[in-house]
Amino acid sequence: MVIFSVYVVNKAGGLIYQYDNYVPRAEVEKTFSYPLDLVLKHHDEKVVVSFGQRDGIRVGHAVLSINGVDVVGKNTSEGKDILEYLKDPSNYPVSIRFGRARLSSNEKLMLASMFHSLFAIGSQLSPEAGSSGIEMLETDVFKLHCFQTLTVSNNHTSNPCPLIFRCELFDQNLKSALEVAEKAGNFGAGS
Amino acid sequence: MTRRSTPSSEMVANRTTPPLEPSLSIARERAGTGETQMTVHNLYIFDRNGNCLYYNEWNRKKQAGISKDEEYKLMYGMLFSIRSFVSKMSPLDMKEGFLSFQTSRYRLHYYETPSGLKFVMNTDLSVSNARETLQHIYSNLYVELIVKNPVCSSAPSLDSEVFSSRLDAFIRALPYYSPRAA
Repeated sequence: MVIFSVYVVNKAGGLIYQYDNYVPRAEVEKTFSYPLDLVLKHHDEKVVVSFGQRDGIRVGHAVLSINGVDVVGKNTSEGKDILEYLKDPSNYPVSIRFGRARLSSNEKLMLASMFHSLFAIGSQLSPEAGSSGIEMLETDVFKLHCFQTLTVSNNHTSNPCPLIFRCELFDQNLKSALEVAEKAGNFGAGS
Repeated sequence: MTRRSTPSSEMVANRTTPPLEPSLSIARERAGTGETQMTVHNLYIFDRNGNCLYYNEWNRKKQAGISKDEEYKLMYGMLFSIRSFVSKMSPLDMKEGFLSFQTSRYRLHYYETPSGLKFVMNTDLSVSNARETLQHIYSNLYVELIVKNPVCSSAPSLDSEVFSSRLDAFIRALPYYSPRAA
């Protein structure tokens, strides 16, 4: 069993801790000649594949680097708009690296609060009385497990400093706990 | 009360019954003794625009506390957000995407067809995989009775008595369905 990442969310839905244990990055770098046979579009300050799949490049993959140099959002490292750059035949042949985009800290914050709401709606729409929120969510490539503590104290929200905490001892202990869990091979009842 | 009704001969001919997994047959025996209550709570069918085409319940103990229209919107909205959440969160490329989730009391199973039709079924926790059930409902009931019916396929919601009754009979005949004692 592999544990990909751990998120800790507080009572208000705010992300307070995040740790990536193992992040598989399937990336494909290929050289292309004009015209590009993939359709690209802007999405969330990135350039992603909107249509066209070949050689390991899938719809939803983002442009990660051009000619070996990492891109910066929607622009090349020199500040040129990527879509404009790729429309110009004189820039070809070009080597582009595609892959699943890494989540930015902001995106992680948004996903955590999104899950917080989904967790609550899962309880509200329950056809049985006394249901908890979502405890396990399953897709074809990963499972998400959620454990809700009994803590009712809310001291994080009164602290004016940034909510996400960093503590080396916590990180170290978490890493060892994850190693033990991965070796044990299962993750809770009915996993 | 019989726990399992005999399927009609047409259903037997159309239906590709999945082989009964050992865990399911054991659970079915236990259900007969009253140890676990295997059941289907309810089923929603949404079109690709979010309209609820069909809803029915068999063993629902708790309502959502909001009107049915609001409940359909909330359910669809939750599923839409879950799919968006999962596509961003996933460490690897996905093929089918979101399959199911469970809480302490129920499990929600999800199946989406390539045409955007969404089948959502809530069962108790002992049902681990209802994907084949939902696929059967789509191919053998929805496609046969709704899509292939020129009168039904143009209407905005599913208004077919034969569909409702066949679906009801199919659900009640499932190996993991047992009606609760009143």
